[in-house]
Amino acid sequence: MNEVVLIGIIASAISFATPYLYAAIGEMFAQRSGVVNLGVDGIMLMGAYVGFFVALNVPTPGGLWLGLLMAAVAGLLMGLLMSVISVTLKAEQGISGIGLYIFGLGLSSLLFRVTIGTVKTVDGFKPVPIPVLSGIPIIGPALFNQSVVVYGAFLLVPLAWFVLERTTWGLKIKAVGQSPASADSLGVSVNRVRYVCVCLGGMLAGIAGASMSLATVKLFQDNLTAGLGFIAVALVYFGGWRPLGILIGALLFSTINSLQNFMQVLNVGISPDLAVMLPYIITIVALMFPINRARQPAALNKPFERGEN
Amino acid sequence: MKTRNAVLVSVLIALLLSACASGAQPSGGAQPAGGEKFRVAVVMPSAINDVAFSQSMYNALLAIQKEVGADNFEIKYSENMFKVPDATAAIRDYASQGFNLVIAHGSQYKGSVQEIAKEFPKVAFAWGTDVDTFGLPNVTAYTAAAEEGCYVNGVLAAKVTKSKKIGVTGPVEVGDAKTCIDGFTQGVSATDPSIQVSKTWTGSFSDVAKMTEAAKAHIASGADVLTGSSQSVVGSIGAAKDAGNVLWFGTQSDQSSLAPSLVVSSQVYDWVPSLKDLIGKIKSGDLGGETYTLHLNNEGLKMALNSGYALSAEAKAAADAAIKGIKDGSIKVQP
Repeated sequence: MNEVVLIGIIASAISFATPYLYAAIGEMFAQRSGVVNLGVDGIMLMGAYVGFFVALNVPTPGGLWLGLLMAAVAGLLMGLLMSVISVTLKAEQGISGIGLYIFGLGLSSLLFRVTIGTVKTVDGFKPVPIPVLSGIPIIGPALFNQSVVVYGAFLLVPLAWFVLERTTWGLKIKAVGQSPASADSLGVSVNRVRYVCVCLGGMLAGIAGASMSLATVKLFQDNLTAGLGFIAVALVYFGGWRPLGILIGALLFSTINSLQNFMQVLNVGISPDLAVMLPYIITIVALMFPINRARQPAALNKPFERGEN
Repeated sequence: MKTRNAVLVSVLIALLLSACASGAQPSGGAQPAGGEKFRVAVVMPSAINDVAFSQSMYNALLAIQKEVGADNFEIKYSENMFKVPDATAAIRDYASQGFNLVIAHGSQYKGSVQEIAKEFPKVAFAWGTDVDTFGLPNVTAYTAAAEEGCYVNGVLAAKVTKSKKIGVTGPVEVGDAKTCIDGFTQGVSATDPSIQVSKTWTGSFSDVAKMTEAAKAHIASGADVLTGSSQSVVGSIGAAKDAGNVLWFGTQSDQSSLAPSLVVSSQVYDWVPSLKDLIGKIKSGDLGGETYTLHLNNEGLKMALNSGYALSAEAKAAADAAIKGIKDGSIKVQP
């Protein structure tokens, strides 16, 4: 395997881990507070559409940043909707998440058809080489010549860890997800924490969608994400509800995905049908191992009712 | 009380059933007398402006409408009917509304057409790409010999590649996606056997992001020319544009608008001659039973060279020679 191909495999793995990281880290916050949001893919689609629409209509580079911001706002609103349904109205979380997904899929397609309707592309976020680091052989061009959106996704991992493990807020989130009744008795507003976490998750899912339409794929089409948000939810389980675990999962998934692409290009003799399935098979196999299940937040999927339990 | 409810329910059901029955009745008198408006409905898997498969059909219908006038030719369409159950409902709906011709534009609609065409013997159905009319007198099948134009694309690709590496981003290895890519590969190797053609398949006709990933992998491995088939190739073209110096060969529709300086040529499906022939037959009372195949020599397939790309005279001559060879049969392209 020559150097160019190796760089290609790593660089595309890093770039395609980006939407998974944003979406899965966001979903991790929601789940650590006790809310499963299966609507991630729908939120991503809304973020991808809104970001793309703004970037298409506002001159760059301001348009790109405004697009990213508006995608975050769209995601936040979708998260707010999910919070109202699952936290205030205490609806069954799995069902309402699926509902949110279908809503996002339908609304983004409708808006796309009404406002854009055809194939358009944006220049998108360009790679920004990091001085010195990008000069390292192989690793430099593979890791340190990516767009700002990609760097942001990887910086989010330590940031999420810090919030969760080193701040009072993190402590509250974990308490609410583990034992909402105890948290409530200590004066923590369970619903408020959950609202913030689900909205934060929505915001990051919106950015995840925009990272596709503005940085990696650079266009929007119906169902652009094609179920990527569901993989992100699976990555939260895979990663044991921890930022580092999610990082490993996202990198594993995107590396295998990148590898299967290159295996096809280099014609190593694996059936393309099997190659395309590989990342998903690995995910399913990984989810079968029970190591991580013990770390599941105890109150996951349970609406909080004061005085019950 | 209970009896009354039961009566009410049965009355309602009866009403509903009769409503359905009347809805499903093929409006017998729908056959137009000469000069009456000809009504066409088309159900398509992707958007009418996908710059690929669906657009090729929609553009053909528009061209005919422009020629005969909107007063004489009505077009109704349902786009993005990728899910077969939705498409089936739409096809049945159009048939029951008394359209003269219902087009099911996708090979995945096979079962739906076969079933519905039997129920509406007075409505003409056309579907493709396939060659199977199920032995029904009111079904027409249509397909494109996509390998022919893609062979020409392959000849041109072999002339313009500098790195001698060409990438093919395919969706699923079936139908005209497969025949096009096979034709392309033959065109390349007939021109220069030393060129390496790599193929990838995403497993989806609609997943744009996967196409982008695949195209980027080709580019990273040194390919400077790409091609591919299906509506999801907009992802590949995006990756080519992003790289800036990677050329693209299109199929199904003229794709030069997507990357005006990077698209060298496109094979264009022109359904107009076939459709005109079919419409003429339907008007005279012959509802189908035949198969139309687009070829280079029946003007169903056309090569659209992009004027935005400066092609050398030598390459153009090679393409013309290939077109001539395929037309007169001296070049045989295996589908």
